[in-house]
Amino acid sequence: MRQKEQSPPPSPSTRLRHRKHTKSQEVFPDVSKLNGGSNLLVDDQNKYRSMWVRTLSSLWMLGGVILILYLGHLYICAMVVIIQILMAAELFHLRRIVHESKRLPGFWLINWYFFFTAMLYVYGRILRQHLVNTVTSDKFFYKLVNSLFKYHMVICYFLYIAGVMWFILTLKKRMYKYQFGQYAWTHMILIVVFTQSSFTVANIFEGIFWFIHPASLIAINDVAAYFFGFFFGRTPLIKLSPKKTWEGFIGGSFATVLFAFMLANILGQFRWMTCPRKDLSTGWLHCDPGPLFKLEYYPFPNNIAQLLPWKGMWISPVQWHALWLGLFASIIAPFGGFFASGLKRAFKIKDFGDSIPGHGGFTDRMDCQMVMAIFAYIYFQSFVLAPGSSVEMILDQIERSLSHEEQQKLYAMLGQIFQDQKYGYL
Amino acid sequence: MDRDNGSGGPSTPSGPTARLRRRKGSTEVAPEVETNGDRLLFNDRNKYKSMLIRTYSTVWMIGGFVSIIYLGHLYIWAMVVVIQIFMAKELFNLLRKAHEDRQLPGFRLLNWHFFFTVMLFVYGRILSQRLVNTVTMDKFLYKLVGRLIKYHMVTCYFLYIAGFMWFILTLKKKMYKYQFSQYAWTHMILIVVFTQSAFTVANIFEGIFWFLLPASLIVINDIAAYIFGFFFGRTPLIKLSPKKTWEGFIGASFATMISAFVLANIMGRFQWLTCPRKDLSTGWLECDPGSLFKPEYYTVPQWFPEWFPWREISILPVQWHALCLGLFASIIAPFGGFFASGFKRAFKIKDFGDSIPGHGGITDRMDCQMVMAVFAYIYHQSFIVPQSLSIEMIMDQILMNLTFEEQRALYTKLGQIIIEKQFGES
Repeated sequence: MRQKEQSPPPSPSTRLRHRKHTKSQEVFPDVSKLNGGSNLLVDDQNKYRSMWVRTLSSLWMLGGVILILYLGHLYICAMVVIIQILMAAELFHLRRIVHESKRLPGFWLINWYFFFTAMLYVYGRILRQHLVNTVTSDKFFYKLVNSLFKYHMVICYFLYIAGVMWFILTLKKRMYKYQFGQYAWTHMILIVVFTQSSFTVANIFEGIFWFIHPASLIAINDVAAYFFGFFFGRTPLIKLSPKKTWEGFIGGSFATVLFAFMLANILGQFRWMTCPRKDLSTGWLHCDPGPLFKLEYYPFPNNIAQLLPWKGMWISPVQWHALWLGLFASIIAPFGGFFASGLKRAFKIKDFGDSIPGHGGFTDRMDCQMVMAIFAYIYFQSFVLAPGSSVEMILDQIERSLSHEEQQKLYAMLGQIFQDQKYGYL
Repeated sequence: MDRDNGSGGPSTPSGPTARLRRRKGSTEVAPEVETNGDRLLFNDRNKYKSMLIRTYSTVWMIGGFVSIIYLGHLYIWAMVVVIQIFMAKELFNLLRKAHEDRQLPGFRLLNWHFFFTVMLFVYGRILSQRLVNTVTMDKFLYKLVGRLIKYHMVTCYFLYIAGFMWFILTLKKKMYKYQFSQYAWTHMILIVVFTQSAFTVANIFEGIFWFLLPASLIVINDIAAYIFGFFFGRTPLIKLSPKKTWEGFIGASFATMISAFVLANIMGRFQWLTCPRKDLSTGWLECDPGSLFKPEYYTVPQWFPEWFPWREISILPVQWHALCLGLFASIIAPFGGFFASGFKRAFKIKDFGDSIPGHGGITDRMDCQMVMAVFAYIYHQSFIVPQSLSIEMIMDQILMNLTFEEQRALYTKLGQIIIEKQFGES
């Protein structure tokens, strides 16, 4: 892949496209650029070998993901955290390479210090309730964990402030601009990395479905766009990624939406995928999945039913939501890829890293996923979450934290307020 | 002021404290006397004129500030928003290069689009509940506001994504690096500006006391540091701000803590300042200030001197908290000023702007305030808000987070739970 430098750096989609096919798109331009017949066999061998490398690493990634899915929520979160650390390492390293000339000893330590402070803050917030639920059996731990969480915000704030003070005290004359630039770059990296991973983790604990479905849609969109572009691609889509075509884009959209619909049906039938995890255990889950995942039978209208062997379809309400997710994944999520391409061109880098053989770094794989994970979470919170859940949460709190007398007192106070309101309205 | 810097030797951009010190003018008289005798009167006249300008603008700022405090929470919020807009404008202008900007029409508009998206998001979150409490009278408005709030997160997210896509579609060849740096710069500015103003507004609605006290402490710290540095200043404090001295720093710390103690006592007696505002009205406030603001009487110990007029002093419990705020304001908040000084040196700018005559820009005034506002909010949330989940807190949650129907549903369910428990016990 790296020998063919004349073409602009391929974006993740094109790389995925290359994964499946014999790269016919690149054979022809290369044949035209060949100086002599003697290079042909060598090139072919390299192309097959690099395709083999890419397919192998893709299979490993796929296998790893499936294994982790089977293991459960906690392991998926661990996977997300590890991917995050690797992404941050790539991006921190990148900035240092781009400005190789100046190196300050110990400066990279500040980067990782801010990273771990941000991790403590973000995961502390998200997993607060889950952690509390895990230790409810033991009174002592419960009190300990509760008091830790009460001061969680202060602790993280003081850790951050200590980092800022450390930064200010290490400012060196004539290096101010470089150091401030590094500081800003660190913050941007942390924001980008942690926003998407925190939303991903929040999704996971709502149900693995809400993590695996959007993530697969992105992968499918890439693959489908490649296929359609390969067979029908003619008009280029955007200057930033010259290999993408409108035909690939539109065909990929249709395929993604269709696939979203069907995948939601399949995934929704597994309790392991649809049940939310309320604590940090790793055992099997039992829950009532709710009306969202219940399959309902829709018989086809008569004229269509005569043509098809099936008389009707089983559809669960979640599939309609999946259509929206598919639409977003095909139309807006690719902009994450464009952003990454533009960024790489702006700073004249080919890939974000080289952790994954044949694919580049982790950031190259995750660029579209980031946009999608945030949307999935926001969509879930706004449109899917049942309205009765906040009542449940408050009832939970009342049952757990108030004594019987206090509950009765609360009940009386509420009753009084309702009476007042009723009379107020009259 | 520019001429003063020039004649005083290698000019160093100074932090707000140095400028405040120069407000009195005396520290720079000595160097001038040594250099050019014939320019003395000329310099003197300018120095007095600039000191007059600074005092004039300071008096106007304080006057305006006091009148807004009198007017109330809503107007203070408006003032914060206005200050924010000015700060953002100053900072956006700072690193723009006029040459590149001419080739990118409409790029400035993108900055303001992101600004208003973030404003909608931040203030929507903080004030959504208070907005709901304001419109409880009208059923139609209540439903409308409720729906707007429910889809608030999605709206803001799509506005942001629209800006993101707009950015990508306007990327121009050979301008990539400039555009990406501007994008990153915009994000950093918005984060800095909105973090502090979000926390400030949250503080204001908890009670003007929690906004006024920290802000005054910063001002007092600045002035006290100048006075102590003027009379006793000898050992320089930090390379970044050569005019600051250790004597000024330590003296100001003591003065700040004492004034924190005293100010908390004075401010804590006004209900206008201590009561939280639960909706967006502007009328008079009445509330039970809570145990924090109830004076406790301590008899003065025997070893106090005879001339001490009071035999008994009343101390509000909040004064002990104010000591912690004072400690932070004197020791850690100045680092905000150091950060700004270092930043200005790194990018070789003298002031962030020139909105306030004699003081520089609004960002110059607000740099220490930012650090303090965030700390005040976090301190308030962690140590002041009632320690355990009490009836009042749950009551607040019920009234603030649930709609009428949900409140009724909770009431019924709670009744059932209580009855079941009674049956279980009997």
